Amino acid sequence: MSISVKDVSDISYREADEIRNSPDYLDQLEAEAIYIMREVAGQFERPALLFSGGKDSITLVRLAQKAFAPGKIPFPLVHVDTGHNFIEAIEYRDQLAEEIGAKLVVRYVEDTIKAKGLKEQTGKNASRNWLQTFTLLDTIEEFEFDACIGGARRDEEKARAKERIFSFRDEFGQWDPKRQRPELWNLFNGRISKGENVRVFPISNWTELDVWAYLKRENITLPSIYFAHQRELILRDGKLLNNTPVIEKDENDQIVTRQVRFRTVGDMTCTAAVESSASTLDEVIAEISISRISERGETRIDDQQTEAAMEDRKKGGYF
Amino acid sequence: MDLLRFITAGSVDDGKSTLIGRLLYDTKNILADQMEAIERASKSRNVGEIDLALLTDGLRSEREQGITIDVAYKYFQTPNRKFISIDAPGHIQYTRNMVTGASNADLAIILVDARHGVVEQTRRHSLIASMLGIPHVIVAINKMDLIGNSEDGFLAIAKDYKELAEKLNIKHLTLIPVSALNGDNIVDRSENMPWYTGETLLSVLENVNVLKDQNQDDARFAVQYVIRPQTDELHDYRGYAGRIQSGTFKKGDAVKILPSEQESKIAKIEFGGNEIESASVLESVTILLEDDIDISRGDSIVALTNSPVVSQDIEAIVCWMDDKKTLKPGNKYVLQHGTSRSRCSVRDIEYQIDINSYEKLEDVESLKLNDVARIVIRTAQPIAFDSYQKNRANGAAILIDETSNVTVGACMIE
Repeated sequence: MSISVKDVSDISYREADEIRNSPDYLDQLEAEAIYIMREVAGQFERPALLFSGGKDSITLVRLAQKAFAPGKIPFPLVHVDTGHNFIEAIEYRDQLAEEIGAKLVVRYVEDTIKAKGLKEQTGKNASRNWLQTFTLLDTIEEFEFDACIGGARRDEEKARAKERIFSFRDEFGQWDPKRQRPELWNLFNGRISKGENVRVFPISNWTELDVWAYLKRENITLPSIYFAHQRELILRDGKLLNNTPVIEKDENDQIVTRQVRFRTVGDMTCTAAVESSASTLDEVIAEISISRISERGETRIDDQQTEAAMEDRKKGGYF
Repeated sequence: MDLLRFITAGSVDDGKSTLIGRLLYDTKNILADQMEAIERASKSRNVGEIDLALLTDGLRSEREQGITIDVAYKYFQTPNRKFISIDAPGHIQYTRNMVTGASNADLAIILVDARHGVVEQTRRHSLIASMLGIPHVIVAINKMDLIGNSEDGFLAIAKDYKELAEKLNIKHLTLIPVSALNGDNIVDRSENMPWYTGETLLSVLENVNVLKDQNQDDARFAVQYVIRPQTDELHDYRGYAGRIQSGTFKKGDAVKILPSEQESKIAKIEFGGNEIESASVLESVTILLEDDIDISRGDSIVALTNSPVVSQDIEAIVCWMDDKKTLKPGNKYVLQHGTSRSRCSVRDIEYQIDINSYEKLEDVESLKLNDVARIVIRTAQPIAFDSYQKNRANGAAILIDETSNVTVGACMIE
């Protein structure tokens, strides 16, 4: 048998009209996320949706609404409040929960610190980010949650890129990357023993831009800090942090006023602002599309300490 | 713009991670800070030039050992399509990870080192792609620069591969000569191989038709959850939430509920609380029926005149995934198929398949990690299934260990 270059390909290609009529990727991602939400409701006794008032968890709430319409979301929204959150996000959280008639459970890191006598980090880069884990695990125990739905995405960070959609956690809340369950097709295995739980990430396969495009398509209102506004900030090592009493300052810090928006909304102590004039969803999307810096690289201080910062936090029970 | 999921199979030595890195880099999907992090890491590891493979290896032990252990997902896009790349490890001890990655892929890229040609690993990866029913396979003959970009070299490997492929079930196959390191025929056409007149790798990824491979004919719907708001105005509302596994459903369709065999008609299809006329494969919708029938999670709604097999006896190809316990006839598991779960017992191992030589091995007493075999299963409740090669969504099942709750087997029903 002789063979030429012409013989080596037998692939079926799309015709022009097939490209035009191809399904929209947002519809595909949405259908997958709704399917995952419904698997949680179908497989677990006491699930919860982790809701912070940030854009990813806002997306989750919309997906859950669509999954169970015309019924209500069949699980509570849960927020672990570090006490260092942006007021705009907290107000949004309370308002949304009321609007959609969802049960909202808030537990405070402050209370855990007092009850357990935990030692807080001190100094200028102190953050309660790590302490959230204790409060989260206590809350899971208190309500006997067997599944917690979270808004983590695989494109955020390289340890997250390795995590399953149904991510098994042992009775200590720990993630073991070497003992993850194989996740085949869309057959999610949520079987657990008492005391164990599963973290579920319905938007695992979404990128930052997908989330923004979806928020726009769904015409969802966001907390105002996601859009450009004047704010007094601490300029530290090239990053702009909210000027708040919860961040300890020293003589190297400079207080500046800039027009900024937040690209991610986490704890104030580890979330940096970006300079921006984008005041609408379209403008934000345009800015992110041309940005040459990743979301967590630009705005998260917690991931930049070591190459495996997120992996270590996850092993300890973090979201 | 739609979404394509593809898996890359091959070992680090074949340049798999470099290939993904190259795709991301040449399509401008690597951001400045990620690039700086790779440069830093490359320097600290003394690899000389920038190691694009560092982009995909996410876990500490992977970076330490310089190998990919687990499936990693990467996301990128071009003006024509969005891509999810599923990067699976290539060593034989990670066969289960490749099976896992392959289960969700529309297309597979199998890497072959041009210096070595078709080797045992190529045979194994191709068998898995075929067994998992991936309709499109691209064989990327990599490191062409190391064989002088030779057309004859490429064609000799292509001929070997085509002979191998004849024993498998690969619907659409293409072979492309590439150099991931230099970027030849990945995104840009290579000047070093003017004799190659076919498509570049990216061009195939962008233009391949994956919609045609979905089963559009057999209407199947597995009920995930029953929506019952029980409010005053929605007092009698009973909606069956699920995802269309295959085919199309529309209002007025005559349907059958399985395994109970009750019949009804579709009164309404809803999405997000709004009525829609019809729904087809992969859409997540809510179906309302004309009759008040007892239906719960695990039941299937199918076209009245086009039914899957309903049986307690199943024959399937299984890939065994437990590293602690073996599969033996007589063992009991939980079989998860669609949204149903049923206890089951393994009746027989008909034969094992040597995943390197494709030979059938008879008289096998047990299966250990990464073994592939055809087995006979008896379930406690009847299951409504199609054959996997005809209908991936309704022919796939997993085996779960009843005590550890771990997923221990991937089943492709025959």
